[in-house]
This record gives sequence, C-alpha cells and structure tokens, in this order.
Amino acid sequence: MSVTATQKRSVGAVLWDYLTTIDHKKIAHLYLIGGGFFFILGGLEAVIIRIQLIKPENDFISAGFYNEMITMHGTTMIFLAAMPILLGLMNAIMPLQIGARDVSFPFLNSLGFWLFMFGGLLLNCSWFLGGAPDAGWTSYASLAIDSPGHGVDFYVAGLQIAGAGTLMGGINFLATIVNMRAPGMTYMRMPLFAWATFITSVLILFAFPALTVNLFLLMFDRMFGSAFFDVALGGNTIIWQHLFWIFGHPEVYILILPLFGLFSDVFSTFSKKRLFGYTAMVFATMLIAFLGFMVWAHHMFTVGLGPVANSIFAIATMAIAVPTGIKIFNWLATMWGGSITINSAMLWALGFIPSFTIGGMTGVMLGSAVADYQYHDTYFVIAHFHYVIVGGTVFGIFCGLHYWWPVMFGRILHEGMGKLTFWTFFIGFHMTFFIQHFLGLMGMPRRYWVFLEDQGLDLGNLISTIGAFFMSFAVIVFIINIFYTAAKGERPSPDPYDGRTLEWATASSPPPHYNFAQLPLTRGLDPLWIEKMEGNGKMTPAEPLGDIHMPNGSILPFLMSLGFFIAGFGFIYQVDHSAWYLALYGGMAFALGCMVVRSFKDDHGHHIPKEELEREAD
Amino acid sequence: MKGWMGKIKALALLSSLALFLSGCGKDNLTALVPKGYGSEVSFNLIILTTVVMTFVFLAVIITYVIVLLRFRKKKGQEDFIPKQVEGNQTLETIWTVIPIILVIIMAVPTVIHSFTLSDTSEADEHINIDVTGNQYWWHFDYKDEGFQTSQDLYIPQGERVYLNMIASDVTHSFWVPSISGKMDVNVDNENTMYIEAYEEGVYWGKCAELCGPSHSLMDFKVIVVSPEEYDQWIADMKDVDPEAEPESAVAQEGKELFEENNCMGCHAIGSSPAQVGPNLTNFGDRTKFAGFLDPTKENLVDWIMDPESIKPGNKMTGNYPDLSEDEADKIAEYLMQLQPSEVTPDSAGGLK
Repeated sequence: MSVTATQKRSVGAVLWDYLTTIDHKKIAHLYLIGGGFFFILGGLEAVIIRIQLIKPENDFISAGFYNEMITMHGTTMIFLAAMPILLGLMNAIMPLQIGARDVSFPFLNSLGFWLFMFGGLLLNCSWFLGGAPDAGWTSYASLAIDSPGHGVDFYVAGLQIAGAGTLMGGINFLATIVNMRAPGMTYMRMPLFAWATFITSVLILFAFPALTVNLFLLMFDRMFGSAFFDVALGGNTIIWQHLFWIFGHPEVYILILPLFGLFSDVFSTFSKKRLFGYTAMVFATMLIAFLGFMVWAHHMFTVGLGPVANSIFAIATMAIAVPTGIKIFNWLATMWGGSITINSAMLWALGFIPSFTIGGMTGVMLGSAVADYQYHDTYFVIAHFHYVIVGGTVFGIFCGLHYWWPVMFGRILHEGMGKLTFWTFFIGFHMTFFIQHFLGLMGMPRRYWVFLEDQGLDLGNLISTIGAFFMSFAVIVFIINIFYTAAKGERPSPDPYDGRTLEWATASSPPPHYNFAQLPLTRGLDPLWIEKMEGNGKMTPAEPLGDIHMPNGSILPFLMSLGFFIAGFGFIYQVDHSAWYLALYGGMAFALGCMVVRSFKDDHGHHIPKEELEREAD
Repeated sequence: MKGWMGKIKALALLSSLALFLSGCGKDNLTALVPKGYGSEVSFNLIILTTVVMTFVFLAVIITYVIVLLRFRKKKGQEDFIPKQVEGNQTLETIWTVIPIILVIIMAVPTVIHSFTLSDTSEADEHINIDVTGNQYWWHFDYKDEGFQTSQDLYIPQGERVYLNMIASDVTHSFWVPSISGKMDVNVDNENTMYIEAYEEGVYWGKCAELCGPSHSLMDFKVIVVSPEEYDQWIADMKDVDPEAEPESAVAQEGKELFEENNCMGCHAIGSSPAQVGPNLTNFGDRTKFAGFLDPTKENLVDWIMDPESIKPGNKMTGNYPDLSEDEADKIAEYLMQLQPSEVTPDSAGGLK
C-alpha cells in the first residue's frame, strides 16, 4: 500500500515530507544522502591531492589551494561524511534492533540532522567566498590564527553548528536505548550494533563539548579580539592541541565502534552462529571507549610534554591493543565452526579483518613514543589512520549499506556490482596506503604540497595515486549500483539473510513507519533466531493490538537550523562590516523564535487506529 | 576471474620488487638507515614493535585463512545449523593474557628511552645552539660562539649537540630523519633536544608541522664535520669581516646594490642578533638556495626577481624595490662569493 502511495506523490510532496519528517527511518535516509554527498566531495578532494602528488614537484594545483584541499578533505570526511553516515545507519537500525517505534526525541533527531546539514553547507560555502580553511583539519592554533581571509572562520562556524547536531544525536540515542527497549530486551540481550551505538553516544556526549569549547576560544580570538592562543598577549597555543585531541581521539572511536558492532552482527548472521564471547565483546567495547579518553596526548608526543607524560600516554595507548585484540579473535572464533555465506556485505566484513589488523598494528607501533618521534606527522601516520578509518570505518559503512539496504530501502543491492565495488576498492585501498608507511619512514612528512625530485619517493607516490583511481572507480560502480537497484532492484522479503535480530522481524521491507504493529517480546540474545529455532518463525507480540501513538512532523527543525546558518554568516563577516550584525542577530532571533513556537505550541502527535493496523496486516 | 586474479598477483609482486630495489629510501634522508643516536634508538623500537606486531598479524591471518578454507557453507548442507557456541573461557583468557605480555615487552623499552632521549641535565657541558623556526626558513644561533647562520646547521661528528628551539611565528617541527626523530618547535616555549651524528656527511632536514603554503619547501641541512673541521669552521665564522670588499668588480657592485635596496634590513652578513630574514654570512656555501633550489646563479637570480612564484607565502616578497635582471645578477654574484670557510658541505662529503 505504502509503495503505490509513494509513486503517486508529487516531487513537492516528497520534498515537504522529508523537510518535515521526524521518522527515524526517513531521517536516516537524509543522513545517508547528506553524508553520501559529502563523501563524494571529500573523495574528489582526495583525488585532487593524489594527482598533485603523482610526480615530484608537480604544479597541478598551487600551494595555498593544496592546503585548502587537505584541510577540507580531512574535515569533510570526518565530520560531514563518516559521522553522518554512521548516524544514518544508527538511526535506521538501532530503534528496530531494540524493538522501538522511534527514538526518544524524534523532533530533536530531525533538528540534529538539519544542524549537521546546514553546518556542512556553511563550511563548504567557503570555497566560493574567498577560499576554504587551510590550517589542516586539526587547525592548530598558531597557524589558524595566522591564516588570512575567512577560511578558518568558516571552519569554526560550520563545525560549531554541525557539532551541535551530532551532540543532539548522541543524547537522543542514549535516551532511546535507556528508555525504549522492547519488553524482554535487557541490556545484555541487545545486538552488538545497538551496544556500540550506546557506547558511541556516550563518547559523543563527553568528547564533543571539548571541541565546542575549543571552537569558541578560536572564534573569540579570530572574530572578537580575545587572545586565548596569542602568545604575545599571554595566550598558549598548546591548549588548542590538548582540547582538540581530548575531543579528537574519542572521535576516532566514535568512528570505529559502531562498525565493530555492525561487524559483530554480520559475522554472526553470515556464519549462522551466535557471537562468540558476547559479554567479553560488550566489555571490550566499553574498555576501548574508556581508554579512548586516556590517550589523547599520543598525538602530541613531539610537542615536548616531557618523558613522564609521554610514558603514561604511550602505555595507555598500547593497552588499547588488548581489548581490540579480544574483539578480532572473538570475530574469528565466531566464524570458526560456522557455515559461512560470502556475499557482498560479508566481503566487506572479511576485508575489514586484515585491513584493520594492519591499522591496529601500526597504531601500537605509533604508541611507542620513542618510535613515534620518527613516525609523527609523516606519511606513516597518514597510512595508519587511513588503514583504521578506511579499512575500518569506510569498509564498515559499505558493509552496513549492503547488509541493511533491504531494511532501509526495501531493495537488495545488485550482488555482482557489489562484489566489483569491493574488489576494486580493496585493491585500490591497499595500493594507495600500504606504500605510504614506507614513504613516511623514507622521509616524507605529511601535508607536503610537493615532494622534491630525487628523494626516492617517486615510485611510492605514483603507486599510491594509481590506487586512488581504483578506489574512485569502485565508488562510481557503487553509485551506479544504487541507481540500478532503485530502478530494477529485487524486492526482498523482510528477512533475506536469515537474520537473527529484530530489524529482520518487521512486517514488511522496508518496515512500516511505526516499525512494529505490536512490540515484540524478546526472550534472549538473537531474539528472531530463537523464535526460528523453536519453530515459531516470527516474534511473539508483547502487547495486544491497539492504537499506536506517533509524533507529528514539523518544519521547525529545518527553520531553526536555517536561522543558525544565517547567523553563522553574520558571525564570520561582522569583522568586516558591522551591517553583518543584522544577519547575526536576525538569524539568532529567527532560531529563537522557532524555539518559542516549539515550546508554547502544544503538539500531542497522532494515533494510528487499531483498525488501520489490522487492515495493513492483511 | 582466475586470470584476472593472476594479473593482480603479478602486479603486487612487481610492486614489492620495485620497492625492494628502491631499498630503504635515499641515503641521509631516510629514517630506515639510522646514522645518529636518536634515529638509532627510534629505529630499534620500530624494529621491535614491528616484529611483535607481525607475530600478532600472522596469528590473525593464519586463523583467518583456516576459517575461510574450512568453514565456508558447503554444497548439499545448506540447511546445516552450526553449534551455537557462547564462548570459551580458556581461549578468551589466552588472547587476553598474551597481548598483555606483548604490550609489556614493548612498553618497557619505550619508557626507558623516553627518559634517555629527553634527558637534558648535561646540556651545559656540551655545544648548545639556539634554533628558531620561521616561515619558511631556519635560524641557527651559535650563542656560545657569538655568531649566527641559517639553513645549514654545522655540527661536529660524534658529539652531543643540544638544540634549544622556538618558533617566531607559527609552530614548526625539526626533523632530520637519518640523525634523530623530530621535535616540535613551538611558539610558546623553548623545547630542548639533543642530536648526535655518527658519520660525517650532509643530512636532509624537513619541517614536519604544517606551517603555511610553503611548508613543504622549508628544507634545511645538517652538515656533520669532524671535530677538528668544526673548530676550524667556528674560527672562520667568527673571523668574518662583513665589510670586506669582494674581489670582482661585479660582486662589488652587487654589494652596493645589496646595501641600497634594503636587503640589509632583514638579512645580516656577519654576526647579528637580527633574524627577520636568513643570515647570509656563508651564503656562498649553502647546499641549496631558498631551502630547496640547486645553488646555481640562475636559480638565485630567479629567486631574487620573483620569490613569490618560487616559495608562496614567503616574507621576502614585496619588501624591497623591484630589481632589474642585471641588478639581481650582480647581487647574486656578491652573495655567491660569501664563502668564509674552507669547511663546506662539499668538504663534508657533499649533498647526496
């Protein structure tokens, strides 16, 4: 029924639906579209960087433009591509996995998305308005203060707005998992992806405020004449580094833990086996998250913090290898003795193990402070974090997209194109980044616009660039696959992979907007699997069929974010001309006005009557 | 599919062979052929951690391959339901305890050498040189001897040299991969590190912290000479008479142009605490001009005529009157004959 309705609706109606939606599944679509757009943008920036480095002393782009490229590549990929896509996957799947009808605060969920989107757009407006930020994605204070033009101002304002959105997402997921688990879904029966969402949200909650504070300090310095980072006036630039990495290191785990959860589910599903050492996996995730807050200074071994600080942070860093190792071996043990199906989703998960293990290995090597004096800020580090973020996060995102495409879009991605994407990406990825370990040790620092002739770095860089073309090809195939699937893709049953968890226990694919007509009763870990093994085939309802209370959509989140977007321009340009205060105060007043409307206008949502649910069930 | 995989394998083999042939990188640049105390200590830890981690990697990969060979879904057994194993305490304990032991093996030498490498208690008994990082050049102040130089840092072989480093504008990082690991050059505080080179030679130095558009062009060199030559060089540098008239007439004209065109406002010849621009006392002996250009007269003329196109964002652009090519040529002639010492990069073995 819902499908025919969709086909009949006009473009305008669909647009309005998505602008006002507060349904977690549609917000997930928005996150995937927004994040996907920025992923392509960040990928193009990466290709431009690699073309510049295809040969020594190349002049494909200028030095200043190159610095804008590397800054925007890093910032875009981390804040505007990887994280939003992860938030999209969490939004789409986590409520289903815990048997909920939506998240705790659907309005906040929508606001979080629009803040991210407008923040990202604001940041990218800088390309057309005098130049993008050029102080690196880490934007170290001395250089960021020194940077001319408005580039860094866009970085500050854009990330501040987008970051607020992410923080809202994190709080929302926490509240959802604490309050909205279906009957019987105890914490220790949650699928690992739901657990990972929970722990990641804790990381977001505690890590993002450090970034917020840091961005405010930089904003005051650049726009309002303060001197937090101005050494001549008694400021200190090292403070920026500390605050940035107090946020930045947990951020790395924000990017990888959700995928650890996803891979746990995928290995278990496609091996037809229960996850090996479930309890250990949960506690290993917690331990990684906890230790993730204790290691930020390993990004600062060469700053001159002294041997005591360096030793403590070195040991803490190496210690993270222990819980991570537990996870790797538990995944292998999950597959051991199983009956393994290899499809495109599973391929990404299988490709992840060797790739991420290399990233983890080099992570421990980097943790040895004394060795790090050589690795630090070279291509070795570039290789390391791409092995972790691409080999872990991006592989995970592709895995998640292939695995959950039926749940999210009601179609199955084309298997042949999926495999082609995997193999070209996998080969291209290792070609691009493996050689960079050696480039770093052979004396190539990171963020180099050119490398000089006759330094023994030519071949490595050439291979690396060729690898980048392979990855680009893979992404193009994936995009074609999306359009092909949307047009001609196979419509799957709600449970195409013989799933074990509740996202496969919905009545249709994709699930109805209320997810479950009757909340399911969970009787243990892998609830759907338990019912299948006992011959029931489907979940036992935990409640009689009744009216379902659902919230109403609203345009207010979009408008509020628009207000902040306008105010962002005001903040950036009031330095040049005081007329811009109009935009600053106007935008803020508009956002505040929306909040007032939201606060004083009662909106009790709507009910889906029992009769309609019965009709749809037939 | 098979032939396709074969091609990939051949490609992988070819690229690893190429890597092997190119060896460990360029001599006196690569960190993989250590020629100093710091780089040797770091290299030993790089090797130790690589060996330990390779052991872990092999354990993972062997298990992984076995799993993929043995436990694929088999034809005719599509409905096979494997045993639902919850876990295994012994196994899980093993892969918790072994990594802990491995971490300890790596952590102990890390901690020990973190302390040895940052021990500056004996700095007073050794040579001390003040280093200032600037966009985009390096200033070296031999404060005990009372003179300064830029870009090429001369040190005696086999002796500890303490570098007291600070930045004048934005953060930089001092890295001579073959001699020592890097240390940041902060704007806030002075960082002290020591370097000790085992062999004479000319070593490549790099700035390793993003510092602006020309970050990648902020190269410098460390010239390691024998202790006797070092003393000779010190004596020669102290003896420099900045007022000395050059021998050739062209160079004399160049000297006048140098003085007339405000060059001296930033560039000292002879000892001077000023460090707005690089000190040019021994400019004629430089390994490279502007940090990375081959030391030819053409390059120097180009640089003087239009520095912005060569090193974007440099602080020299626009700070002196426009010069004709003829004038730039004469100034270059003057600068290139500033060779106060017999001890030069060439006498140290030359830049490889």
